Formats: sequence, C-alpha cells, structure tokens
Amino acid sequence: MAPRNFVRTEIIPAQPPPAGTLGPLAWLRAHLFSTPANAAITILAVLFLAWTIPPLIRWAFVDAVWTGENREACVGAGACWAFVRAKFDLFMYGQYPPAQHWRVNVVGLLFVAGLVPMAIPAIPGKRWTVLYLLVVFPVAAFILLRGGMFGLTDVPTTRWGGLLVTLVVAVTGIVIAFPLGVLLALARRSRLPLIRVLATGLIEIWRGVPLVTVLFMASVMLPIFLPSGVTIDKLLRAIIGIGVFYSAYMAEVIRGGLQSIPRGQYEGAMALGLSGLQRTWLVVLPQALTISIPGIVNTIIALFKDTSLVLIIALYDLLGMIQSATNDSNWAVAQVPASGYAFAAVIYWALCFSMSRYSLFIERRRAAGRPR
Amino acid sequence: MKNRMIAAGFGLCLPMVAIPASAQTLNDVQGRGYVQCGVHTGLFGFAEIGDDGEWHGFDVDYCRAIASAIFNDADAVRFTPLNATERFTALQSGEIDVLIRITTWTMTRDASLGLIFAGVNYYDGQSFLVPTELELTDAAGLDGGTVCVQTGTTTELNLADYFNSRGLTFEAVAFAERAEAVSAFEAGRCDAFTADASNLYSTRMTMVDPDAYVVLDERISKEPLGPAVRQDDIQWFNIVKWVHFALLNAEEFGITQANVAEMAESTNPEIMRLLGRDGTFGEMVGLSNDWAYNVIANVGNYGEIFDRNIGAGSPLGIERGLNALWTDGGIHYAPPVR
Repeated sequence: MAPRNFVRTEIIPAQPPPAGTLGPLAWLRAHLFSTPANAAITILAVLFLAWTIPPLIRWAFVDAVWTGENREACVGAGACWAFVRAKFDLFMYGQYPPAQHWRVNVVGLLFVAGLVPMAIPAIPGKRWTVLYLLVVFPVAAFILLRGGMFGLTDVPTTRWGGLLVTLVVAVTGIVIAFPLGVLLALARRSRLPLIRVLATGLIEIWRGVPLVTVLFMASVMLPIFLPSGVTIDKLLRAIIGIGVFYSAYMAEVIRGGLQSIPRGQYEGAMALGLSGLQRTWLVVLPQALTISIPGIVNTIIALFKDTSLVLIIALYDLLGMIQSATNDSNWAVAQVPASGYAFAAVIYWALCFSMSRYSLFIERRRAAGRPR
Repeated sequence: MKNRMIAAGFGLCLPMVAIPASAQTLNDVQGRGYVQCGVHTGLFGFAEIGDDGEWHGFDVDYCRAIASAIFNDADAVRFTPLNATERFTALQSGEIDVLIRITTWTMTRDASLGLIFAGVNYYDGQSFLVPTELELTDAAGLDGGTVCVQTGTTTELNLADYFNSRGLTFEAVAFAERAEAVSAFEAGRCDAFTADASNLYSTRMTMVDPDAYVVLDERISKEPLGPAVRQDDIQWFNIVKWVHFALLNAEEFGITQANVAEMAESTNPEIMRLLGRDGTFGEMVGLSNDWAYNVIANVGNYGEIFDRNIGAGSPLGIERGLNALWTDGGIHYAPPVR
C-alpha cells in the first residue's frame, strides 16, 4: 500500500490577517498605544486638543460676528470677522485709491502669468519666461503701481499698503538677495584676495547686525546724512535694506552648496576645456544650487516673514495695516485686535506653506536622477 | 580768469549758505502742491485710517486745516505715519513740513531738537482708569491700593511722585507692555490702571465691559500736545500757529462749518478780520486773505474737530475739560486777529 501522503491539489485562498492586526483599533494600538509611555502621551495630547480646540472653534465660528457696521456689532465674545470684512480692501491694497485698485490687480495677474509657466516644469520656453519675469514684469509693475506716466494717476508709495506692500517688499527683496547672494558666495571663494576679503567683510557685517537695526538705520539715520531736501523713498530704503541683508544669508547658504561639490567636478570641467565662467555657470552652480534648495527656500521664507518688520519704521505692510486698523475708534472693541491678527496669521501661513510645499516638489524633481 | 571763477564759485555758494536762514517752507509747499504732515501710525481718535482707507482724526484734521489755509483744499496733504523714534528726524530732515503727532511740548524738545512748538492743540495729563464699583472721585482714594502701569515710561515716575509727595502708600505692578498691564487690570490684578487720559478713554473702549470702568477727572501730570515745525522758518511757524488760533477764535465767535458763509457777512469787526473781510492779515503770513474762511469751511472750528474725532460725537466721548475755551472754563485762549 502506497504511503498516503497528504498532497493538496488546489491552492488555499488567501486568509485575512489575524483580527488584532487589522482595522482602526489595530492601527490605534500600533501607532498611538504601543507602549505605556506612548499611551500616556496620546491621552495627554487628546486632552490638550479637547481643552483648546472647542473654545477656538467657538470663538472663530460659533460666537463669531460676520456682518456689522461698527464696534456695536462686536461687543460679544466671538471673533469680529465683520471688522476684517469692512477693512478687507485696506488689508489688501492699503490706502491705494479704490478707483485704481484694478492696477494692482493687473500687476497681480501679470505676476501670476509669469510665475505659473516658471513654476510648472512641463511648460516650455523657460528662457522667455525668465526674461519676462526679470525685465518686462518689473518695468510694467513699476509703471502700473507708481503711475504718473501714460495717463495713469500718480500714486505715491506712502499710499501703498497691506498685502501689496508685503508682496512688493518680499518679491523685490528676493530678486535683490538671490543674485547678490550668488555673487557674494562666489566672491568669497575667489582666489583674488581683494575680492575675497571684500565679500567676506560685507557678509560678516550684514550678518552681524540685526535686521531691525538695518531698518532703523535706513529710516532714522540715513535722512540725517543726506543733504537737506533730498529724500529717498522710505519703501525703497526698506526694500534695499532687506534685500542686501538677506543676500548675506543667501551667500552663506549657497557657499555651503559650493563647498559640497567635489574637486573632481572642477577638474572634469577643466579637462573638457571649459573656461572659468563656463565651469561655474554650467557645472558647479547648477549642482550647488540644487543642493542648497532647502536652505535657499528657508531663507526666502524667513525674508517673507521678516517683511513684517517694516511696520516698526511705519510702513504699512499686511501686519502693520492690520495693527493700524485696530486703532480705528469706530472699531475700538475687545475682539477686534485678536480677529485682525488671526486673519494675518492665516494669510502668512497660507503663503509660506505653499512656498515650502513647492520647494519640496522641486527638490524631489531635481533629485530624481540621483538616488542617495 | 581764475579769480573770476573763484568769485563765481562764491556767488553760487552764497544762496546755498543763505538757505537755512530764510528757509521757505511755504514756497516749497506751494510748489509741491501739498503739505507733508507727520502723524501717528495709528491712535484712536487722533490719527486713524477709516473703513474708506483715508486718514481721520484730531491731529489729521489739523493737517487738513493747514492745507485748507494754503490751498483751500483739505485733501492737499500727504500723511507720513511716524513712530516715536523717527518723528523728530523726519521733521529735521525735511521729510515732513509739520509734525502733528500727540507730541508733548517740553523744554528739552523746544531747546535742543531744532524744532519749535506752534501751540497746544490738546491738553493731556496722566490719569487713572478705575472700576466704577470703587466709586472713587480722586486718585487719593487709591491710598493703599495697587496700580497697574507700563514700565520704563515717565508715567511710572509721575505715579511715584504723586503718591510719595502726598505721603500715600501704593503698590505699583509694572508691565513691559501696555497690553499686558491692561489685561492684568481687567483681570482684577490692580485697583487702577494709569496712563495719559486720552489713552485711557480708548483703552476703556477696548475692554470687554467698558461700562464697568471710569476715567478719573483728576490729572497728575501736564502733557501739552501740539504741532511742531522746524525752528528756522518763522513764516511757516506763524502759519501753523495762526491756523491753530483761527480754529480757536472761530469757535469763540460761534463760526462753524455750517454757518461760515453767513458769518462772513457779519459786521462784527473781529469776525470780519478773521474771515478776511477787513485788513490783509492773510497776506502778512504769505497766504490769501480768506485763509481762515477756507479753514473753517473745510474742516470746521476747534470744537467741531474735537467733537467729531474724540469728543461727544465720536465713540471715544472725551469731555472737553481743560480743552474747553477759556470762556467755558477751559484754558484754550487764542490771541486776537488784529
């Protein structure tokens, strides 16, 4: 009699995993309650959220006042969004004459029209986009915003404000800081001692001074040195101050990237017969900048947020405008400042967060060919 | 040849040297077409940006009054918001023509900053905000109590001076930020909060229950606030000063924004001189003779400016008190137009 071996003739169907490792309960156990310490932290965190979130929601939504003409509407305990509504144009455009708001909107559209083809890699013609963004757009934006020519009414910068000033300062500041930073970083690694010492000196001086001091110098000290009657636009002073200040930080970030490029890259480029400029522009900089992306974006986000410091020299950026608007006696009531600041926080967060997300996307794209 | 060039050089230099002695602010302003006015960056009732995006306020209306005197246009002003540190530099450097920014007139500022105060448009003074339920009538009633105060200001010194000189005891609770001091006071940490009175009225407005607090009538310090100009231009100084006096005189004679056209027909010689029907008082300071008429027609008299921005007609509801005319028990007393 042949041995009766057990041989299956068909494959058994797949079984679900043990009950304890599947479903929300198992996920909770694995992630939130895996050890007693983890369980304690989870419980504390939930308690903290339960303690803070409901009052916040009650303040921001349930008790909030959405419509109203003046302080009478907002005497309750909820957020005063009616204030933000009444002042919305002020927060966006500052004191820019309402009849001319379309000019700011057009500039915004022109900017987006340049930024979108720039930001989406699939769209061709980057060379033209760069030309548009760096030459055509600034000139058009300046003419449109400032006016005084081509039949546009003159709008002095003292009437600019709100998000408009925040973006003008931030964008112009970045446009100054980035190329200047690249130049300073390269100069600091130069073989010519004079250039190296000059670049090092500039970087160290600007990094050694707080931004607030720079702004104060620009707004309080500079007018004393200038001959009587000569005044430089305050907004321009602030933009140059911020741009130059951040170019020093940018330079150090980029220098970090330059230092990580192995010597072989330079030597390889030399062996190909590339000139010094070509070596830097075609081989070294593209790699160094890619490596520096997180640092560069970090600096840009810091610059963007630091534009709010211009309020101490009485320029009305978004935050300054909100702060000033809370001093309107028609809206003098307890809930108004908090509502204004909450609004500012949401806008700043939205803009900074999108910048950070975009930088992650670029980083992943640039790193696609070079797994680490 | 060389000598002639040197002479020509001197000739060119002379007017440049002469500029500070006869600085023509009025000419500059007229050439430019607007007055550059330095105001606060945002203070309830004094300088605030309304829902319409325009500047409003007590100090702001003074700027508009000066513009009206020169251009008969209350909007011929560019406002430069300034914070406390940059205000005097802005005036010295010529960035602004006149500083109207709740600036206290003190001897140091008058004597050492190269500027000159053109009068007092608001008599302020340090006072106390107290809970209504304490039923206090004067600050002496705070004997033995606690007072919330912002540290590092003259306010703190005035407070100590006041209590010590009267042999009263008190406990000061100092805070670095004004907002902290206010919220501590609101939370019941102190019996009173002290600051300049004009400030206390707006502080009261921003409290959760404004009716539970009251500003004491007593003032424990003098804070005369007024417009300042550069001290090298007497003509401009006179214009700013007399716009202020015209506003006061107009209130004294009962000339208002509404009735100024009617009052211009008056036979009262004082009114005729003020409104330019008699004499050439405007020309004496380089303006047209109807300068005061234009001021009143565009912004109203002192009382109207006060009521509209900080007084009974505004949310702040500050009482006239010291800022009433001398005929009404206050100390505003303007020299006559004569």
